Formats: sequence, structure tokens, C-alpha cells
Amino acid sequence: MSNKLLEIEDLCVNAENKEILKGINLTINKGEIHVIMGPNGSGKSTTANAIFNNPLYSKTQGTIRFCDEDITNSKTDEIARKGIFMSFQMPEEIPGVSVTNFLKYAKSKSTGKPVKIFEFKDELKKYMEELNMNSKNMERSLNVGFSGGEKKKNEILQMLVLNPKLAILDETDSGLDVDAIRTVSKGIEMFKNSENGILIITHNTKILSSLKVNYVHILIDGKIVKTGTQELAKEIEENGYSKYKNI
Amino acid sequence: MSKTNIEEINRNIYDIKNKDEYDYKIKKGLTKEIIEEISKQKNDPIWMKEFRLKALDVYNSLEMPTWGPDLSELNMDDIATYVRPKTGLSNSWEDVPEDIKNTFDKLGIPEAEKKSLAGVGAQYDSEVVYHSMKEELIKQGVIYTDMETAVRKYPDLVKEHFMKCVPVNDHKFVALHGAVWSGGSFVYVPKGIKVDIPLQSYFRLNSPESGQFEHTLIIVDEGASLHFIEGCSAPKYNKVNLHAGCVELYVKDNAYLRYSTIENWSKNMLNLNTKKAIVGNNAKMEWVSGSFGSKISMLYPMSILNGENAKTEFTGISFAGKGQNLDNGFKVIHNNINTSSIVNAKSISKNGGTCTYRSLVRVNETAKNSKCSVSCESLMLDDISKSDTIPTSDIRTDEVEFSHEAKIGKISDKTIFYLMSRGISEEDAKAMIVRGFAYPISKELPVEYAVEMNNLINLELEGSIG
Repeated sequence: MSNKLLEIEDLCVNAENKEILKGINLTINKGEIHVIMGPNGSGKSTTANAIFNNPLYSKTQGTIRFCDEDITNSKTDEIARKGIFMSFQMPEEIPGVSVTNFLKYAKSKSTGKPVKIFEFKDELKKYMEELNMNSKNMERSLNVGFSGGEKKKNEILQMLVLNPKLAILDETDSGLDVDAIRTVSKGIEMFKNSENGILIITHNTKILSSLKVNYVHILIDGKIVKTGTQELAKEIEENGYSKYKNI
Repeated sequence: MSKTNIEEINRNIYDIKNKDEYDYKIKKGLTKEIIEEISKQKNDPIWMKEFRLKALDVYNSLEMPTWGPDLSELNMDDIATYVRPKTGLSNSWEDVPEDIKNTFDKLGIPEAEKKSLAGVGAQYDSEVVYHSMKEELIKQGVIYTDMETAVRKYPDLVKEHFMKCVPVNDHKFVALHGAVWSGGSFVYVPKGIKVDIPLQSYFRLNSPESGQFEHTLIIVDEGASLHFIEGCSAPKYNKVNLHAGCVELYVKDNAYLRYSTIENWSKNMLNLNTKKAIVGNNAKMEWVSGSFGSKISMLYPMSILNGENAKTEFTGISFAGKGQNLDNGFKVIHNNINTSSIVNAKSISKNGGTCTYRSLVRVNETAKNSKCSVSCESLMLDDISKSDTIPTSDIRTDEVEFSHEAKIGKISDKTIFYLMSRGISEEDAKAMIVRGFAYPISKELPVEYAVEMNNLINLELEGSIG
């Protein structure tokens, strides 16, 4: 069995007829945490959306494989069911659909098996406690009236419940206070094991301090210009991106 | 919630067509002779026969309404207004002819009766074929029977209330109803009696090129309470069918009435129904309404708040698909001090369907210190569907709190993408969003009806993804 989870090869992506990604290569193996850093507009979120084949983005070149299967043109829901998860920068609000019902439904879809409601609720409660979430949120409409922090925690909750092979966290830390960032990191640690992988897309390094990151990639103007270790993130924190902008 | 649920549901349940067998079907059209014949066939008392003939005159004197959907395809010369089924009224399902019983079985009526209802009435074409109520309620003096029996057995109660809440000259189709009405339910809840379990009447129109004109009259006396459920459906034919029922509700002082409707007429039906309630001191009238079927619907239930502190709530949803024009809404008249009304209306349109929310709020000078809050939300599932809001308010006092909020929206691609990223298919994602949109309404329905409503939504959405 191959150790590879995600393999992106020479990926070029347009959004609104503008070329955003200009040839990305990225391989994530089981047990690895990867980080993509980069200034605004460099294509970080486009990478996440392209992996999920968001119809608003069009791929002009390259392939994406997941567990040795070509998913370049698969539908978003199929990609999710193969075991990829994405935490959204701005999670959508779904009035009238409770967190419990939504997750129960999503879980039954991702596992292909019916969910046992009592076990499921216990599991949900346990995770919510770990994430310092109000258990009353279980019965509230998904993300409706949630604060920014609650929404982000809810994304982490979904990750834990759906237990994907690869989790992509798109700016999950942005706009969070120190305590919330700590909670999110805790959720990531709970999730992490030797069989799964994580791709963190971020602006800042706070979220990385408590995690054992394997690779840091610097994305500038649609290209990965530098790959390094956690040290590279520190360097960016101190000096910014200017050094890499004119490569 | 699951896909299998969607597949289990079959519009065929509603589309079962029994053979057009009947004991008597009046010839098509609307003349004095026809009305006299209906009256004779129904064995009316003289006052009722005279009432019908007067109503026919009113019908002939009134113009067709032109302010709403186009009704030009309706030709009364093509409609048989009275079809007596091949069976009499029974209080045992055993005695109902098998094909008719099977239809109600498939609609789940006898099953619901066993599980969650205190009484059931079932009308097939123009007459009620089944009526039954739990013994305890009979002992408490509750009356629940078909309208014809009420006319015979309780003439004083009927005369005092029949078409007094909805006067015969209200509009053309009320006049039509007055002339040809048949069937429907009569309920009387005596003072102080709380009926905890709902009563339900189900109206089924089987006969093609015909009309259903049932009359529902409910009196909830002082301090009493009741939940009444009305269900309706019909199989689809190629020619127009007409429904012009009339519902009159009297909610006396300190009384409570909830009137829930799930309407799933077939898409060749013109549903021109009239419903009104008169609400007394400290009394409360709640309307819950799900409108799914019919080709054209014009339905604006109305609460007349006559008593001090009288309250009303309207919670309703309409779902229009291809070729449907659902012009629904609510009317309220505040006549006394401290009255309040809350309206929560939603509509969904898809595949070129049209939903219009049309409403009237009138607060008279006598209604000081009243409150009215209206919220309507529309969801359009594609670019070819239509949605409109036409509210009218007529406020004649300064001492009133009035608010109106209207929202029209579409399902956003972002939301669908979000749900799909959790492994949910596009079709299921849409259904989930629509069910969530409808949830504030469906949670107000009895649970079997909430399930039925979700099933109807799934049914309506099936195959709607291109």
C-alpha cells in the first residue's frame, strides 16, 4: 500500500478568467502535517477549492490524485466521500437544519452506513466538551447566529466527527482569539494520527506552535517558491514574504 | 432525511384514480334547475333550498375577480357540481366500499385515526363517507359530524352560524359555494371542554370534471379548545377540477383553536377556497397551512379579531412547481383593543412555478394598543421561477405596533458547495436546504404531517437537478 494521500501535479487554475495557480506540485503522505503560507491573493484558498473541484474554479492543467485515484474532475461530494475534508474560512449558515441532524446525515453519507443516534450524540457531546462548545449548539441551526469563533470550532467538530483521511484547514485560525486558537489546535491534535494527513492554510504561525509540522510551503503569485520545515514559518513571522516575492 | 426516503415516496399515492363510479352525478353546468336538483337530491330543508337559490342569484350578479391569477379556463358549463359516491355515510371503515377504503388507507387516514386522532371524517367527491369520534368526546358533548347531519340534527346552531362568518356575497366563489355546497364537517366543542387530541377531516375528489364544495363549520365555545386538521388531495386529470370550499370558524371568549391544513390537490385543480375565523375576547386562533398542489390557488385565510385581547397566528408555506400559480396569503382585521397578530409566511418556487404572497392587515380605530408583525420569506430554486409579495395594510389608529418584513432569496451555490464538501450530493443538499427553510412551518404540524410535508418536498425536488 502506498503511503501517499494527496498528490498534486503541475496544477494550473483559473478563477473568474484570471490565472491564479500557475503550476503547483504538492505531495502529502500519511502522518504528515503540511502548511501553506502566503500573502493575500497568492492562491492559498484557490488550492483548497481546486482540490474540492469547486465549480467556480476551472483547472486548465495538471492532475490531483488522492490515494492513487485521479480526482481532478470528480464531483465535490464524491471527493468528500473518498475522505477529504475542508474547514471553511467562512462556513455557510443553514437555517432549520440542526448541527446534530446535519452531522448525522453527513456521517451516514461518508461512511455509507446508518448512524446510531444515541452513540452519535454521546460522541458529539464528548467532542463539544473538548472544544469548549456549548452543548446547546447541537440543536441550533447550523452556523446560524454563531459567532466567528463558534463557527470555526464547529468546523473542527465536523472534522472530528467525519474523521477524514485528509483534512484541509483553510484559514481556520483567522479572526480567532488566543483561547480559541488553542482550542482549535487541541482539536487538530486530537484528530491527528499516523494514518491521516493535514494541510493547514494560514496567515500566521500561532496555530503552528503546538503542532508538529513536517513541511511549510511558501505560496507566492500561484507558485510554491520555497518549501522548508517549521523554521521557515518562524522566519516568515519575523521577516514577512518580501524576500520571496521576487524569486 | 435519507435518499431512500425519497425513493420510497411516490406521487402515485395521491394519483390513485378509482373508476368514476357514483350513485348520482349531476349534469354539468350551473342553472336554477341544477341547483333545485342538487337540493332535492340532498333532501334539503326548505330554508336551505331557498338559501341555495339566493346564492345562485348572488353568483350571477358578481364579476369574476380579475386582480389575481387568470381564471379564464374555468367554465362552469364543464363542471359537475355534485357527485354522490356509491355509498352512504358510515362510522365503520368495514362498511366503506373497498376501492374508496383502499384510497384512504393509502393516504394513511385509518392508520392515523388509530394512532393520533380523536376523530376522523372522510369525504369522497361530494359526500362524507365516514365519520367517527372517540366515545369520551361524545360523552363530553362534543359534536363532530358531517355538515348534512348537522343541518338536520342541530338546525338552530347551524342557522345561527352558517355563512354568517363568510357572507354569501363575499366574492363570486363564496356565492357559488353557497349554491352548490355539499359535505364537509361540523364541530361543536361545548364550554370549557379541552379536546387534547386532534380531529381530522380529509377531502378526496376522485371524479373528473367535477367540483368539491365542502362546508366546514367549527364552533369552539367559551373556554374550550380544539386542534382541527384538514387534508385534501385528488388524482390528476387532464381537465380542470374545481375546489371552492368554505371554512367558518367561531372561536368564542377564552377559547383556543388551531386549524392545520395540508393541501395536496392535483395540478389540474383550481383551488378557490375561503376560510375565516371570528375570534372573541382573550381567545386565540392559530392557522397552520401547507399548500403544495393545485394549478391555481387563491387562498387567504382571515382572522377577524373582535374580542379584547384576541390573538391570531398564521404560519404557512406554499410550494409551486411547473405550471402552478399559488396566490396565497393571510388577512387579519383588528377590531378591538390589545389584539395581536403574527404572520410567518414562506414560499418556495421552482421549475417556473409562481408563488405570490398577498395579504391584508387592517387595524381599525377601535383597536388601540394592538400589535401586528408580518414576516414573509420566499425561496426560488432557479431562474425561471417567480415570487412576489403584495401586502396591503390599512392602519386607522396611531396606537399600534406594526412591522412587515419580506425577504426573497435563492439557494446560493456557496451553500450547496459547502454541503457537498461534507459528502452530501447536490440533490440532497438542495432538499436539505429547502427542508430547513420549511422547518419553522413543518415543526408546527402534527408529526405525521411534518413527515408528509418533508416527503412532498422530496417528491417535488426529485429530478429537479438538471
